[in-house]
Amino acid sequence: MSTKPKDEGLNSPQYPIPEDLQGVVTITTLDRIYNWGRRNSLWPMMFGLACCAIEMICTAAARFDFARFGMEVMRASPRQADVMIVAGTVTKKMLPQVVRLYNQMAEPKYVVAMGACASGGGPFKEGYNVVSGIDQYLPVDVYIPGCPPTPQALIYGLMKLQEKVDRQTIKEVYGRRAEMIPIPVLGPDVMDPREYDRIREYTRQKAEQEAAAAAEPEAAQA
Amino acid sequence: MSEQTVMIQNEEDTLLSRFPKVVRKDERKGYEGYVVEANALTDFARTLRDELGYDYLSSVTGVDYLPQGQMEVVYHAYKTTGGPALVFKVQVPRDNPVVPSLVPIYPGADFQEREAWDLLGIKFEGHPNLKRILLWEGFHGHPLRKDWREPYFEAEHKPYKSRFPEGKVFRAEERNPFGKNVDYPAGFDPAQWTPDNTNALIYEGLGRVEKASDDLPTEQIVVNLGPQHPSTHGVFRMVVTLDGETVVDLEPVMGYLHRNHEKIGERNTWLMNMPFTDRLDYLSPMSNNFGYALAVEKLLGVKPPERAEYIRVIMAELTRIQNHIFAIGMFLNDMGAYFTPSLYAIEERELILDVFEAVAGSRMMVNYFRFGGVARDIPEDVMKKIHDLAFERLPRRIDELDRYLTNSEIVRVRGEGVGVLTPEQAIAYSAAGPVLRASGVPYDVRRAEPYSIYDRFDFDVAVRYHGDVYDRYLIRMDEVRQSIRIIQQALQQIPEGPIMSGKPQYQHRVPAGESYGRVEGPKGELGFYVVSTGKGNPWRYHVRAPSFINLTALAEMTKGQKVADTVIILGSIDIVLGETDR
Ligand code: SF4
Repeated sequence: MSTKPKDEGLNSPQYPIPEDLQGVVTITTLDRIYNWGRRNSLWPMMFGLACCAIEMICTAAARFDFARFGMEVMRASPRQADVMIVAGTVTKKMLPQVVRLYNQMAEPKYVVAMGACASGGGPFKEGYNVVSGIDQYLPVDVYIPGCPPTPQALIYGLMKLQEKVDRQTIKEVYGRRAEMIPIPVLGPDVMDPREYDRIREYTRQKAEQEAAAAAEPEAAQA
Repeated sequence: MSEQTVMIQNEEDTLLSRFPKVVRKDERKGYEGYVVEANALTDFARTLRDELGYDYLSSVTGVDYLPQGQMEVVYHAYKTTGGPALVFKVQVPRDNPVVPSLVPIYPGADFQEREAWDLLGIKFEGHPNLKRILLWEGFHGHPLRKDWREPYFEAEHKPYKSRFPEGKVFRAEERNPFGKNVDYPAGFDPAQWTPDNTNALIYEGLGRVEKASDDLPTEQIVVNLGPQHPSTHGVFRMVVTLDGETVVDLEPVMGYLHRNHEKIGERNTWLMNMPFTDRLDYLSPMSNNFGYALAVEKLLGVKPPERAEYIRVIMAELTRIQNHIFAIGMFLNDMGAYFTPSLYAIEERELILDVFEAVAGSRMMVNYFRFGGVARDIPEDVMKKIHDLAFERLPRRIDELDRYLTNSEIVRVRGEGVGVLTPEQAIAYSAAGPVLRASGVPYDVRRAEPYSIYDRFDFDVAVRYHGDVYDRYLIRMDEVRQSIRIIQQALQQIPEGPIMSGKPQYQHRVPAGESYGRVEGPKGELGFYVVSTGKGNPWRYHVRAPSFINLTALAEMTKGQKVADTVIILGSIDIVLGETDR
């Protein structure tokens, strides 16, 4: 009889399999086999933004080798990728492209924010061209702290992502339509198309304040 | 008087007598060089280049002297035969800064002048293509101006009161009306905004051929490679016009990783900038530390103790080795040898990263140098590890790579005669490092103007003469071998002793003045131009980034080549975007 713990991967019979058929026949659920396939073939998008990307390359290379998790197939096209590892600082100039790439990925898709920059701006947060974390625009599944996270940390983060995949059901994932995220526009600063009204309101108030401030010294003089 | 001082004296006499009234010596305390009137700049530069032999314009940058109401453009010119810099400056009023462009004389000034326009708003008259380079057209203002404030602005200088000594921490987002790092000018209406015309401008500026080839009807098309493209080593973009498969023109587009090092660096304290330099060229952090430490030490007037000097050299050369073998691996990727050679390269790199981790605590972001020394000594067992690497493993593995790659049919056929840069072009475009030396110019800062203790070591300046992609590959192999030689000598000579001069300090009082510290980084001449006003923070912190300036010659190298070759030409320059965009 199989002595495997209940929740280990694919094989979780609950039903007794005759001894002579063990190793030939598997009894499982649709969810399990579907997730088992997905979690072991998460293809990352080949896409690096900054320093963290170098650690991502090291993770893919011989010493750490994330091929062990079925992830070695780095795809340069978003259409073929399952995971977007945002490895590095997202700048405002790059942001429209990052969002566009995300939109182009097919469901089910996941986002991993690798490193301090992608998670929240990192050491460059105060910079005028830096986005304070990709989660302001994309839904992030796993955050990996570090600057840069070591390859071990990245692998741990990816294993967490696998756990997340395990918990999903085919019902919620299969055939899900991707929700398109509006592409930010580069204006005087980066603009989210959903926020145009707020921006207009803000700049109007700002103009009024400036006019008032300009009028004040004159009033004081008079 | 030594020969050199006589020569400098003669130069000074020539320049001052040739340009009476319009050229004067910079008399401010702690400053050097000449101040030139804007209208005499072009003649002055031509004299420098044609008569005095300053054929290499290394660095161009601007400084905003807000209290004096002036903008200053600072130029550093060198002779490719070696020797110290000739520094000259132009001062213009801040409200209308117009300076004649030096691109006609030194084409290498191209990108640097565009950068000064983008970030400081200095107009360069006569520049052929004065567009924004790191930001996009339509960005509000010129961010490096001292009166320009970023959305998360908190105070002029660090340490911020909120963090020290009060220690109240808040998230900057919470104080921003949008909860994001954004700000908009007063009265701006997003609905009226026409999307930025950066792309249109780029496409318009590209060269075209009137008539395509005679016998074969071809069509000219514009192709964008990047910013997300596996060949561009990060977020870099090349816009090429093609006639069939042949490149007619190319324009590099960058700024996708512009992380505002300089603005942040001018708010930071002097020491706080050290870890930021790691993140410039993140493949060679130790060299970046080195350059910045040299620049500030010049101002402080401190000298590291002997042992520290040796440790610095060992670390800098290890950095060069790991950078070059990584570059070779990635270059082979670009050639189509998908990932196998780079796996070999990364294996060796990992061993060097182990050394970094052992001495500095981090594999990549080492933050290891201090003003007047290094942060920690090398422990005994790590010393032994470096020893093994330098005497045993690395020489063997380099020979192995050499055996596998150098005479490979594919490497030779794809590399030889592709992307040629002549020595004259290389100098004119201010190319640096392996790109310059592969074109037959034996210019290496370690020899040309030795810093630290490089004058003690016996090594050759690697040089190759064809200026093509293949030679740029070979030269990296040569340089790795020379670095191993230097490390071997350093290991034999390194004395015992302290690793810091004086007590470690957190807050440095840096005397007022300017200073330019440069090292031969793996990518080329890496320079830090800093200006101090005597306060706890730099007034100006500028990085002369070799990856950025080497790209000036990219268009020249790719014209007339096949589109597939642009990829390996870019790979042979070896850029890192963190440094290109800063
Ligand atoms: S988190 Fe650190 S290592 Fe990663 S991209 Fe940001 S600065 Fe670079």
